[in-house]
Amino acid sequence: MSELRLPSIDYAALAPILIMLGAALLGVLVEAFVPRRLRNAVQLGLALVAMLAAIVMVILNADDRLITIGGAIAIDGPTLFLQGAILVLAVMALLLVGDRTVERGGAFVAHAAVTAESAEDRRQAEGVGGATEVYPLMSFAIGGMLIFVAANDLLTMFVALEVFSLPLYLLCALARRRRLLSQEAALKYFMLGAYASAFFLFGVALIYGFTSGIPGRTAGVDFATVHAAVTESPSSPVLLFAGMALLAIGLLFKAAAAPFHVWTPDVYQGAPTPITGFMAACTKVAAFGALLRVFHVAFAGASWDFTPVLGAIAVLTMLVGAVLAVTQTDIKRLLAYSSIANAGYLLVGVLAPSREGLSGTMFYLAAYGFSVLAAFAVVTLVRDADGEATHLSRWAGLGRRSPFFAAIFTFILLAFAGIPLTSGFTSKFAVFGPALEANQAWLVIAGVLTSMVLAFPYLRVVVMMWLSEPGESTPTVTVPGALTSAALVIGVLATLVLGVVPGPLLDLTTGAAEFVR
Amino acid sequence: MSNFPFLSVLTVAPLVGALVVALLPRSRPDLAKLVAFGWSLLVLVLSVVMWFAFSAGGDRFQFRESYPWIPNWGVNFTFEVDGIALVMLMLIAILVPLVILASWHDAEASRRSVPAYFALLLVLECTMIGVFAAADVFLFYVFFEVMLVPMYFLIGSYGGHQRQYAAVKFFLYSLVGGLFMLAAVIGLWVVGGKTFDWQALSQAEFATDTARWLFLGFFVAFAIKAPFFPFHTWLPDAGGAAPAGAAALLVGVLDKVGTFGILRYCLPLFPEASRWFAPWALALGVIGIIYAALLAVGQNDLKRLVSYTSIAHFGFIGVGIFAFTTQAGTGAVLYMLNHGLATGLLFLVVGMLIARRGSALISDFGGAGKLVPVLAGVLFFAGLASLALPGTAPFVSEFLVLIGTFTVNKPVAVIATLGIILAAAYVLWMVQRTTQGTLNPALTEVEGMRRDLTLREKVVVAPLIALIVLLGFYPKPVTDVINPAVQATMQDVGKSDPAPEVGSVQEAAK
Repeated sequence: MSELRLPSIDYAALAPILIMLGAALLGVLVEAFVPRRLRNAVQLGLALVAMLAAIVMVILNADDRLITIGGAIAIDGPTLFLQGAILVLAVMALLLVGDRTVERGGAFVAHAAVTAESAEDRRQAEGVGGATEVYPLMSFAIGGMLIFVAANDLLTMFVALEVFSLPLYLLCALARRRRLLSQEAALKYFMLGAYASAFFLFGVALIYGFTSGIPGRTAGVDFATVHAAVTESPSSPVLLFAGMALLAIGLLFKAAAAPFHVWTPDVYQGAPTPITGFMAACTKVAAFGALLRVFHVAFAGASWDFTPVLGAIAVLTMLVGAVLAVTQTDIKRLLAYSSIANAGYLLVGVLAPSREGLSGTMFYLAAYGFSVLAAFAVVTLVRDADGEATHLSRWAGLGRRSPFFAAIFTFILLAFAGIPLTSGFTSKFAVFGPALEANQAWLVIAGVLTSMVLAFPYLRVVVMMWLSEPGESTPTVTVPGALTSAALVIGVLATLVLGVVPGPLLDLTTGAAEFVR
Repeated sequence: MSNFPFLSVLTVAPLVGALVVALLPRSRPDLAKLVAFGWSLLVLVLSVVMWFAFSAGGDRFQFRESYPWIPNWGVNFTFEVDGIALVMLMLIAILVPLVILASWHDAEASRRSVPAYFALLLVLECTMIGVFAAADVFLFYVFFEVMLVPMYFLIGSYGGHQRQYAAVKFFLYSLVGGLFMLAAVIGLWVVGGKTFDWQALSQAEFATDTARWLFLGFFVAFAIKAPFFPFHTWLPDAGGAAPAGAAALLVGVLDKVGTFGILRYCLPLFPEASRWFAPWALALGVIGIIYAALLAVGQNDLKRLVSYTSIAHFGFIGVGIFAFTTQAGTGAVLYMLNHGLATGLLFLVVGMLIARRGSALISDFGGAGKLVPVLAGVLFFAGLASLALPGTAPFVSEFLVLIGTFTVNKPVAVIATLGIILAAAYVLWMVQRTTQGTLNPALTEVEGMRRDLTLREKVVVAPLIALIVLLGFYPKPVTDVINPAVQATMQDVGKSDPAPEVGSVQEAAK
């Protein structure tokens, strides 16, 4: 019997992942043993400390370029940057999730049976506590995302996909108001997400089959093997193409690219708004992180084959997002379609196979995350007795009622529209430049044309807020508590700073823009 | 003195002023007005100093300043001006204080924050100065786009009838142009060696096809901004809805960014493409002259009428630029200045008239000259300046454009000349229907119509009238500054002036 050889594990490099998963497990214990009244504070503190510790570990690991744990995890520039981005954005989302003052008792329920205005619901509003399950769920999801962007083989990637998806399905169902919408959103997300996962897994199997066709090499789904197989394989590429397509479907679903986007508006609308912001920011980073790694590392040799297809998807995504955003009357759905269109712009960056392209895409991901979280933070504030007032007609005249928050939201919308001096402009520049260099002028032109279409819905909201007279039903803007304020300030400042002095972050992304193979 | 960083100070100063004004309490509107006015005078003084520090016979570009901004993309805060930009900066510096003075009571009518109105005007001044002073394509683009935001709120928040529609239309049209330009800017950056510096880019060589596409991207943006036919439909709406002061800046300065951009970016950077597209641009210019003049004749709304006259004038400027002769080019640049003065004056006077009557419809007036003789006189003068009567400044520029064009392209010059006749028609008819003829009895019941020009309003119109007359008789100080810059631009395009044929020049002079 031969000796069992254990793979070497670099625990320091894995520390951010381990910290987040450990915090999630601890959170489950807290749920069981800490008294109800203290639970919210303890859970919030635990999650926050874990995230900050993970951020510190990412910074300490900044120079790591290695593959560890038997080739399952690659810690390199993109991994570390994206992990850092996910964690920072997750801190912002956590601040929104943890806020208990905007809506008394928080935006979440403990379990599905609690209906609005029931006795238990009122107890929650009175500050008895409860509904703290969101924290460990969020920690699990973040842990999964951290693995997802670091995964160095397709199977690890699949496991990570499930680890971060399952908590998200649950989180979507936990809205305290508009329960049916929230549960419908969660079910829809779960069903479609399960299909997408199945596609992904099937794709992994086909790729495994493809790699087994090379003489003198063992089959495998780690990226080095796949890369070698793509460049050297003498066999027919049918398996490769089919596998690649199925993998792409799984990933593009998470990235909310058309035609795999149909879940997005419903889920964004139904999910509790802090969670919507979390998905729009962090899930996007994770999904595009994985897309970058799969297409730039594993399938780099087949770029001639996938570029036209992904390009068509990018154009379709931009078009669908922009055109359908025009017709929306609900602010959350509008932001959902805007996020779909942004997925299209990000795909333009993915298709620029240069260091600048990679760096630009990562810059875009971080910048967009800050803006979108700030946008959803404002959405949580505009509310009346019934909860958030998300119908656009309700926002009429908001500029008169609360000029400060209307000005903040206008600024964010201008950023989404790509007006200079905001991060929206610099990030578009960061992806369009490399795309033009890679001779993808058609993608840039499509991007520019759809930006024009997309400017209209943003402008409509601005008009609503500033140029319309406030009506009877115009809600007031709740003055946010410390946590939401902090998230809002971070988001708005980042949008401004990345628009005016993008240099430092660009240096960071450029320095990080190289995969280990 | 020429070491003083004029341009960056001029760009930043109004912005600081805007912040100060915006932070003043809402309950002290008069203080806000005074601070804004004082601040704009300060900018004017600084501009005048700069005008005299500029040596007309010296380098083409002067006052260069450069500070790094985004080193990763080679973006710098680079400012420098040639004669063309200098003239436009002077126009801005002169118009803004007058507009602030003319809009003294405009903001109160809208029930919105008064300090905000004046702060927006100063922000607008900052972006307008920046756009003309920038010598970095990226910086130019940033100012070009950001300029929309204050104007959007000026129209949308303080405008008149249909202000929302007009504001959105203005913003979307300009943004569409801007995004085309963005694609071209990025393309320029990629093929031009990853630099945005104008000097470096003007040395670069591009492939013919690439240059044509890039030219088109820039040109569409500038043609919308100018606006040239057929991209003009936003201007009558925006001009009609904007408060008179903002409209004077919109038409007087903002739109010049379009023609300035063509002169500074399209022609020198893409000379071959400019020559290739010139016939099309000339055709657009000529159509604009005739078409907009015909529409102006038919307008019943004073502000829309003035907007249409501007579109016709922009046709002249376009023809002057794309004729590619120094005379026509100088005429076009001079026209940019004179049109700013004359149309600015016309907009402000019309605004005074509308503020008194409470209506912008020509049919609501009639014989107003009997009630407000001085105002009617000023309107008449502004109208004559606008139709380029000899003795007023616009005449010089229009004449230069026409002779400059005639030497190289007779049909275009001849058709454009028809525009002068139509201009006489729309101006004189407008004057006749508003201030001449029998008195509209309804007017006597409007209290405002009993007050003739106040001292404040006289202070607003006097400098403009003086400048229009002065430059009408003695344009040399301005042409001296413009000429070298235009000559250099024409050299960039690779066009030399045709050898003087004595016959044709005399013919044109007739």
